[in-house]
Amino acid sequence: MTADFLTIIVGGCISFGIVYGITPPLISILNKKNMHVPDVNKKDNIMVARPGGPAILAGIVGGIIALYLGTGQLAVLATVPTIVMACIIGYVDDLKVMPGWFKPALLVVAAIPLVLFGQYSTDLEFPLFGTVNIPILYIGVILVMMPIMGNTVNSIDVMNGVASGYMIIAGVAVAIILALLGRWEAFGLCIILVAASLAFYKYHRMPSRIFPGDSGVLVLGVTYGCVAIYGGVEVVAAVALLPAIANSFFFLYSVRRIVEHRQIKRSPVYRDDDMILHDTGDPQAPITLVRLILRQGPLSEGGVVRQILKLSVFAAILAIISGIMMMI
Amino acid sequence: MRIYAFLGGMWGLIIIGGGLAVTVLGPLDLGAYSINAVVKGGVAILLVILWVFILVRLTRYIFK
Repeated sequence: MTADFLTIIVGGCISFGIVYGITPPLISILNKKNMHVPDVNKKDNIMVARPGGPAILAGIVGGIIALYLGTGQLAVLATVPTIVMACIIGYVDDLKVMPGWFKPALLVVAAIPLVLFGQYSTDLEFPLFGTVNIPILYIGVILVMMPIMGNTVNSIDVMNGVASGYMIIAGVAVAIILALLGRWEAFGLCIILVAASLAFYKYHRMPSRIFPGDSGVLVLGVTYGCVAIYGGVEVVAAVALLPAIANSFFFLYSVRRIVEHRQIKRSPVYRDDDMILHDTGDPQAPITLVRLILRQGPLSEGGVVRQILKLSVFAAILAIISGIMMMI
Repeated sequence: MRIYAFLGGMWGLIIIGGGLAVTVLGPLDLGAYSINAVVKGGVAILLVILWVFILVRLTRYIFK
């Protein structure tokens, strides 16, 4: 166990170190190549580099390779093709606006290597009630889970530091449960994800110096999905992601079709001269988590970010309770 | 507070839905492997539809 624990620490440190070290030069390169976008929540539309996906990918893959070399577990390495494909899909979407079906459809394809390697249990574990074995149906769960995880994390990437901060909180909750269950390889993978998110958060938090872009959030979301499948903690992982799932649900419930956020013409929020955010009150505009938060009253960007992260802490507590209920 | 109540409701639905999945899908055995998989898949989809239906009702109730 000591050696395994050392491997996990090394994997986490490599993941953190790569993202922490690579991101500043990546920001310079992106700015030199004019690959930046305006931060709409700041005065004068400050330009912010995008995408940070390649740095996050390098950190996570570096950590996974270290974990594989230390444990010899092929299952850990089997996640790499899926994560790399997710990054490529996101990167294409970063460079060119693709239709709404593009990411979900291709993320199903990205999940295929995970199915082919077969490094997963076909038991679906539920809190309190035990497990159900669904050998063939579980393949469908994997194929559906990757687009859902990727797009759900993507949908919550609305303000400075939210996506990376959210993944730290959700990842820690899942890591606690994996440790309690003694699933150390999946725990190691989760630590690598948390470490990469933590390192990226330094540059992504307000005021952002870089945005993860679709490539970054899809890498985070799909890695999170891989941790859930590999660790057999699908339900716990879903519970930790509840605010983001609720956000996607509200959006789909109000828009009633799969579209990109940037394709929505009517905005659910507006900014006043002091950059304070308000609910537009437009019944035709989509319902989002940010809009529901702003129904309580106008808030600054930082105020909204704090509210979202508080919700994610609440969901993380529910996830830990769910995980403990799995052990009863 | 309404958002927290909604998240709590979603969580409760997941726990109850899990219970239904284990009690309905678990013992389901129709012999032939492929038929079993198709029927289990169908039942699972029905459970998901039911889950979404209740969630929509919950959304309307909490946010009115």
